[in-house]
Amino acid sequence: MPTHAERNDATPHVSFRKVWKTYDGENPVVRDLDLDIRRGEFLTLLGPSGSGKTTCLMMLAGFETPTGGEIRLGDRVINSVPPHKRNIGMVFQNYALFPHMTVRENLRFPLDVRKLPPGEIDKKVKRALDMVQLGDFGDRYPRQMSGGQQQRVALARALVFDPELVLMDEPLGALDKQLREHMQIEIKHIHETLGVTVVFVTHDQSEALALSDRVAVFNKGFIQQIDDPATLYEQPANDFVASFIGENNALGGYVESMHGERCQVKLDNGTRVQASLGNPLRRGDRALVSVRPECVRINAQSLGCANRMGGYVREVIYLGDHLRVRVELAGRREIVVKAPAAQHKHRFDMGDAIHLGIDPEHLRVLGMAADA
Amino acid sequence: MPDVALALPDNPGAARTVSLKAQLRRAERRKKLKYGALIVPLVVFLLLTFVWPIAALMKRAVDNPEVVAAFPATCALLRGWDGRSPPDDTVFATLANEMAATRGTPVFASAAKRLNMEQPGFRSLMMKTAKALPPAAGRSAPAAGRSARAALIAADARWGELAAWQLFARNASPYTARYLLASVDRKYDDAGHIVAAGADEAIYVKVLKRTFGMSAVVTACCLLLGFPLAYLMATQPARVANVLMIFVLLPFWTSILVRVAAWLVLLQREGLVNQALRAAGIIEKPLELVFNDIGVYISMVHILLPFMILPLYSVMKGISPLYVRAAISLGCPPIASFWKVYFPQALPGVGAGGLLVFILCMGYYITPALLGSPGEQMASYFIAFYTNQTVNWGMAAALSAILFMATLVLYMVYLRLVGGQESASRTT
Amino acid sequence: MKAFLSTPRSAAIALAAMTLLAGAARADITVISFGGSSQKAQAKAFYEPFAKAGGKVVPGEYNGEQAKIKAMVEAGNVTWDVVEVESPELARGCEEGIYEKLDMSRVGAKGDFVPEAVTECGIGVFVWSTVLAYNADVLKTPPRSWADFWDIEKYPGKRGMRKGAKFTLEFALLADGVKPADVYKTLATPAGVERAFGKLDQIKPHIQWWEAGAQPPQLLASGDLVMSSAYNGRIGTAQKEGKTNLKIVWTHQIYDFDSWAITTGTPKRDEAYRFIALASEPRNQAVFSAHIPYGPSNVKALPLIDKAILAELPTAPRNMESALASDPQFWAEYGEDLEQRFNAWAAK
Repeated sequence: MPTHAERNDATPHVSFRKVWKTYDGENPVVRDLDLDIRRGEFLTLLGPSGSGKTTCLMMLAGFETPTGGEIRLGDRVINSVPPHKRNIGMVFQNYALFPHMTVRENLRFPLDVRKLPPGEIDKKVKRALDMVQLGDFGDRYPRQMSGGQQQRVALARALVFDPELVLMDEPLGALDKQLREHMQIEIKHIHETLGVTVVFVTHDQSEALALSDRVAVFNKGFIQQIDDPATLYEQPANDFVASFIGENNALGGYVESMHGERCQVKLDNGTRVQASLGNPLRRGDRALVSVRPECVRINAQSLGCANRMGGYVREVIYLGDHLRVRVELAGRREIVVKAPAAQHKHRFDMGDAIHLGIDPEHLRVLGMAADA
Repeated sequence: MPDVALALPDNPGAARTVSLKAQLRRAERRKKLKYGALIVPLVVFLLLTFVWPIAALMKRAVDNPEVVAAFPATCALLRGWDGRSPPDDTVFATLANEMAATRGTPVFASAAKRLNMEQPGFRSLMMKTAKALPPAAGRSAPAAGRSARAALIAADARWGELAAWQLFARNASPYTARYLLASVDRKYDDAGHIVAAGADEAIYVKVLKRTFGMSAVVTACCLLLGFPLAYLMATQPARVANVLMIFVLLPFWTSILVRVAAWLVLLQREGLVNQALRAAGIIEKPLELVFNDIGVYISMVHILLPFMILPLYSVMKGISPLYVRAAISLGCPPIASFWKVYFPQALPGVGAGGLLVFILCMGYYITPALLGSPGEQMASYFIAFYTNQTVNWGMAAALSAILFMATLVLYMVYLRLVGGQESASRTT
Repeated sequence: MKAFLSTPRSAAIALAAMTLLAGAARADITVISFGGSSQKAQAKAFYEPFAKAGGKVVPGEYNGEQAKIKAMVEAGNVTWDVVEVESPELARGCEEGIYEKLDMSRVGAKGDFVPEAVTECGIGVFVWSTVLAYNADVLKTPPRSWADFWDIEKYPGKRGMRKGAKFTLEFALLADGVKPADVYKTLATPAGVERAFGKLDQIKPHIQWWEAGAQPPQLLASGDLVMSSAYNGRIGTAQKEGKTNLKIVWTHQIYDFDSWAITTGTPKRDEAYRFIALASEPRNQAVFSAHIPYGPSNVKALPLIDKAILAELPTAPRNMESALASDPQFWAEYGEDLEQRFNAWAAK
């Protein structure tokens, strides 16, 4: 998957070094941020609102100035370079297409500013329009187009002047679900074709997973974890990442003993489980063990699992391809299980006793998320 | 519906469509009537307070009832006169009769005043003649005609001249273009041709030009001052914007007269501004700030500024700051971005505010009257002058009509510019 | 446009509304004057005795515009019962039927009045005059005539004149050496008009035009003007208040009558006559002159007036020596033309 990311690992395209940002002088929005963006990669900044991801993007675009630290683009420090001299393309949340200009005029705008020869401008505009399949729409005004079309124009405008870097600030937020998924694929294809470095901001984790070479998960001004989607999902670094990306069951407990990658944890309800270590921890440390709902086996399939526990069904929701079962464990702890509907022809009923099994490699012991 | 279907069993579908269509039409019509009824009071109100007065005003501008009312028969005769040879005896006799019949009445006085308006001295000519005439008699024999001619010429020799009769004949119709012509410094000469008014009388073309010129300057000043403020208000957080808004609206809470008086106090020779400047040692002799164009401009810009700011603000409020950011991100320097991306979007506000201020400006007369010299008086001043001072409503109406037409033309141009742009961008 | 539209119909409506409010007592009459210190004096001299006699005056003020009254009469809704009018407007309004023909027997003995005060539709209230006024604190050498008014070298500074042709043209001719008796004769000829405007041209940049009678004393006191044409009563009142040292030059004053007239079609004709008769009584006219130095129209009032005040009236023999009587017939005839010409000239 990370094809572009591999191309040039030696010098990062963009790097944040010890970057701080505060608006009021008291509460930092971004703190002590280190981040390397590789040339040609598709990096997503993911996090809840207020986590600092958009601020990072704006600092990169030049609309915000870092309070401390430095940002490099290639090998030059760009802290004091004004935004219009950074040569960075940007796609805004609501497209920000100029309403008083036609689509063609919108695309010409960055080229006119750069005083390119007219012939070249026409060629580039035509190529950009064709790239987003809007070749016939050049004379329309933005308001005469659908949201998806406007989105494509915005994309074309951000790319038409061959920027070093393209930033996208929740560009698909205003589209409905189907169109959004369609656009995700389109963006991905464009990225693969052009090989341009893209920094993408979103709060939608599935979008992040679908598009990115790497994802940086932000919370409270920190990057909690930066990894490729699979690692992020399968080996979350802490409970925040585990619960923010995908669904997650977290049970509290203490580390009792360690055996290399494995350890034994005594959960708060008294159950002992074998788990794999996600973070370096010591004996006696407070820990969370986390397991994805789809990694919990039920009844017959749980035979042979290293960790088995019993419980009662509290709720069953039928979701077509799978069932969502809420199970109460000993000590009133609850756990959610996703079971493929096809494998569980007979329904569970409320109050049924049920056996659960979890393989140690799916049961990950995590430390508490970094926090202030 | 079932009845229809039964009656036409062959094609129930078509029947249903027809009756559905009819029903829809009926329902739509009822709805339209109902909504129409709601705006009837407004329409009546507009007709009474807007359309009717303007129509009345336009009519006043060409109305010429005075002479016809006093001397209907004479006027009828004069309408058929060639205007080059002396009128025949019948005309003399008819006029003598009608003069004798109406002398001393308000109708006679109005007619005399009306004729005097075009030819000073004609009033006393009429009075003198009426006094000298013998009592009215129904004679119209040639002999009586001859004696009437003699009697009139005996009363005043001017009746023997063509000019007096030409003047009379020009006003023998109940409508005249005289007032409208006078409003653009034109008049009829004795022979009835339209000629330019003499240099001593010519004033309105200059006044109209000045009216437009001053309105343009005030509008430009309002735009220059109002645009940054409106922008500031549109981009500040609501709390700050509200405070600014109060300051913008503050002038509305006092009457224009009070504000003009306040400017007078501030700007006069020994006023606060001059005192402050002198105390600060900036000037030695007091500046002439009032009773000239400076005072008028300051005060009018102050009064009209809100009318520029409010439309600008409402348009700017709807322009997302993202556009300028987008332009900058595309490589355009900030000021150029503002000019190329923000300003064109604010243009409807500039147009609306400019039009509003310009039109209001054209109607102003209190401010120039109190703060300006005679060299700053605008068209409205003369409208008020003719309305109140000399009670020459024809002239007032003609000047009003010209201002009104100018406003209309201006509005049309505005619609063409803004409306054209809109429709161009709307069509798919 | 605004001013015009509001004239005939809406004025009538507004006035109708006023009548509803004011028409409670039948004895109330609306008396319209020129306002300011003159109206204050009228309140003391005329309104108060009228109230004692059981009537009541609702005072109003206007600026001499005949438009409102004409509109009222045309609309048949007269709410201004008695109006103070200047002579040319009275003459014209009388001919046009705006004012009623006056029955002198209901006003007083004709012989008691200055002859010019009694006209077909009006009876004089007082004699007022337009004079040359100056601030003695500013001008060390007092000006003596209108010729001095034109002397920019000797008396530098702004001078005030009423914005309008009336009196301004007369003063110009007087300053140019025309004898008072010949002024209107001269002004009736094109050459005379030319001469008057030519004379005005000499000081045009130095003229500050005023419109309301209250302005000249104010502008003189503030030092904005060194001298000005002014209504003698306004200057007299300012002198009495004693704040500034304003002085009057009586040479070549122009005097005129203000008259009472009854609006045609007033429903309160009897009350109106009662008011006018009372205001014409010598006793009340003497009180008026004591409050503002305007001359009484009733000669029997003269013995009742204080000697010192008498000397400051326009009608005092010494002040009348070179005086010019305003000619209402001339202004009725040539007014519109000359005012128009004046406007054109002033706007140049």
